[in-house]
Amino acid sequence: MKAFRRGGVTESPRRSVIAPLRRMLPLTGVSALLLGWSLAAHLAGAHTLPGPGKVARAIVELTERGLLLRFAVASLFRVTWGYLLAVAVAVPLGLCLGLLQRAERTLNPLLQILRPISPLAWIPLAILWFGVGDLSAIFIIFIASALPLTVTTINAVHLVPRVHLDAGRNFGLGPLALVRRVVYPAVLPQLIGGLRLALGIAWLVVVAAEMIAVNSGLGFLIIDARNAGDRYDLVVAGMVLIGLIGLVLDAGMRRLERLPSLRWGFGAARAAR
Amino acid sequence: MSPIGSSRRPKVEGRRLPRAAIEGLLLPLLGIGGGLAVWHAAVVWSSTRVFPSPLAVASGIGELARRGVLPGYIASSLLRVAVGYGLAALAGIPLGTVMGRYRSAGTALNPVVQLLRPISPLAWIPIAILTLGVGDGAAIFLIFLGAFFPIVFATMNGVIAVPAMYVQAGENFGLSAGALLWRVILPAALPQVLSGLRIALGIAWIVVVAAEMLAVDSGLGYLIIDARNAGKRYDLVVAGMVLIGTIGLALDRLMRRLERLRSVRWGFHNE
Amino acid sequence: MNRTARGDGGGGGGEVKLALRGVSMVFQGDAGRVPTLDAIDLEVRRGELVCILGPSGCGKSTLLNIVAGFIAPTSGEVRIDGEPVRGPDPRRIFVFQERGVFPWLTVEGNIGFGLGGLPGAERRARIDRYVELVGLRDFEHTYPHELSGGMKQRLEVARALAVEPDVLYLDEPFGALDSITRLTMRVELLRIWEAERKTILFVTHDIEESVQLADRVVVLSARPARITRIVEIDIPHPRDLSSPRYLELRDGIFEEIGVAHRI
Repeated sequence: MKAFRRGGVTESPRRSVIAPLRRMLPLTGVSALLLGWSLAAHLAGAHTLPGPGKVARAIVELTERGLLLRFAVASLFRVTWGYLLAVAVAVPLGLCLGLLQRAERTLNPLLQILRPISPLAWIPLAILWFGVGDLSAIFIIFIASALPLTVTTINAVHLVPRVHLDAGRNFGLGPLALVRRVVYPAVLPQLIGGLRLALGIAWLVVVAAEMIAVNSGLGFLIIDARNAGDRYDLVVAGMVLIGLIGLVLDAGMRRLERLPSLRWGFGAARAAR
Repeated sequence: MSPIGSSRRPKVEGRRLPRAAIEGLLLPLLGIGGGLAVWHAAVVWSSTRVFPSPLAVASGIGELARRGVLPGYIASSLLRVAVGYGLAALAGIPLGTVMGRYRSAGTALNPVVQLLRPISPLAWIPIAILTLGVGDGAAIFLIFLGAFFPIVFATMNGVIAVPAMYVQAGENFGLSAGALLWRVILPAALPQVLSGLRIALGIAWIVVVAAEMLAVDSGLGYLIIDARNAGKRYDLVVAGMVLIGTIGLALDRLMRRLERLRSVRWGFHNE
Repeated sequence: MNRTARGDGGGGGGEVKLALRGVSMVFQGDAGRVPTLDAIDLEVRRGELVCILGPSGCGKSTLLNIVAGFIAPTSGEVRIDGEPVRGPDPRRIFVFQERGVFPWLTVEGNIGFGLGGLPGAERRARIDRYVELVGLRDFEHTYPHELSGGMKQRLEVARALAVEPDVLYLDEPFGALDSITRLTMRVELLRIWEAERKTILFVTHDIEESVQLADRVVVLSARPARITRIVEIDIPHPRDLSSPRYLELRDGIFEEIGVAHRI
């Protein structure tokens, strides 16, 4: 087991034998999880905790009833709108605040107080302002992802080396050109990281948002399956689906980080550590 | 005092420092004042009878304080966070260290963690209530789940990022595996672990509110949902939000102070 | 062109390109006011290569940043071609240590950074010429993090030259390089200077470097920096580093700064 991720200096000849085994390792973890889960379900009794088999059947049932696609699309629809709105507001705002020190000092306390407020705590206000429905859910997702994204963008602008700004101005760039040609490309790698984080949060919050009386979506599925008839197999099926889709979204954002024109930032960041 | 110049502002002696100090105090006040003013104006302009003005919220906080429920609510929220978050740190740091240090453990466990991570702690609510019943147990379990994964990730990444050079130097001095972990790897990873702990505390604070809205009958989250359901007291709803925001901010400041300790600061000179 | 003769005259011949009059700088730090530059007067002629030499932290970088227009002095003024400097200007480019290259642009993108106003073909030709001049042929599409320190440094010089400025400011440009690369870079710089005839202000803490490169060496004291002496280096290029005159000038500066040159 003693193989450092980075410090592996010695190359053992046994590695060629171990290599195929290594490829199985990710599966080991997942199968251990499944095993532990079914064991726990068995011990607790099927009424309290549904086992993997039951959950798999529940997923099949959802697919057959056509609910799986409908709910997944409904959730993704709300996340997409809330998230895109957050990006459209937070990135320009963060760039401005990062560059204008005084504006940042002025607005920072407001941002800092709003940030630790749980998206759930906004639910009463969301309903008051936007009524029961999609708009409320989108608002909650927007609030939850816009605030961290603004803060990440501000911090990213602060990390742009002074020399790059000075060099840009030396070549005669005005404020707008400076943002477009120096600040924006310089923050892009960090910004992508922030965007990934914010998308993760948006997806986390969709469950909360769908607890407001909307009648579709994976969050709704979880709440509804519990309230209407204690269908815990459907509850866990909803959780598994949320986990899987979240994983896919994250993998997609990670792919963005690997674009050749962005790799400098991640390469440099890694080298600097 | 970096020689690479900032903006072309003449640095006139004697005048710059006081002005900066005044700005540092004045601008945040201006921001808060402006925010309150806009809020108040919006309430007056829309002539809403449901949404409270800042003054109504202030008197709502006063009312809560007079009724004597405030300290109790805050204490029970903080207590739940302390237990859930403490357990998450106790479990998450060792797990993250193992996953970062041993490649095979990392590869085996990573998919599991990746799969569980995007599931909102809220999605666990039915399961939590089912297995632990309505009460503190369920709330603490949810907080634990919210804080656990960020801590595992930050620790794992911190340990992976420890330069091989340090590990080699440690081995060179004849440290045992345990001593290497304790004297080289954990100190080297500490800055990253600490910022993971800070992020996790923020999440724990967010989750406690959610948990209290659904699973218990005390705490600030309960205050919000109760004030809305029992009589649409939106002044108390917003009062609860303000309190949550302020306490969350204070917790974050506390963790930042921890990051600024001399023995840790070496890792943060970028900020 | 005989630069030796021009250097001798101490103002005889070439017209004044750049003039500093009583430039002083006081920083306001946490520990109180820090006088950094004290009444600097200096004239630099067109096409001249002047080294500003001083111990680390004496304020020579601050001086260069003031001349380049990045910071305003507490008092005094800088004039270029008779015009007071009010800010950075693309006619005068500042070369940072290689940290100044933009990591998100390729070699080509960096060199073309200041050429936005040119038509495509001309821009292409300009980039080509400077890629060639600094010896980065075949690296046009490489990102900076894949280049060595010396290559990055040459890239930054090329980016500066590409906009055809009349003045170059170099702030310890070779400070981060190993000693062999540093020597090569000096030869390169002299070659480019011969070819392009820019006015160059070169900040360094390396005595040998200043005597090898400069027409004149401006020696600064420790903080607050004052000009203690201006030394004319009246040796024609290429300079013989073991000639008696070179050693004499070098040792004179060693003495001026007050450090032993024998170990």
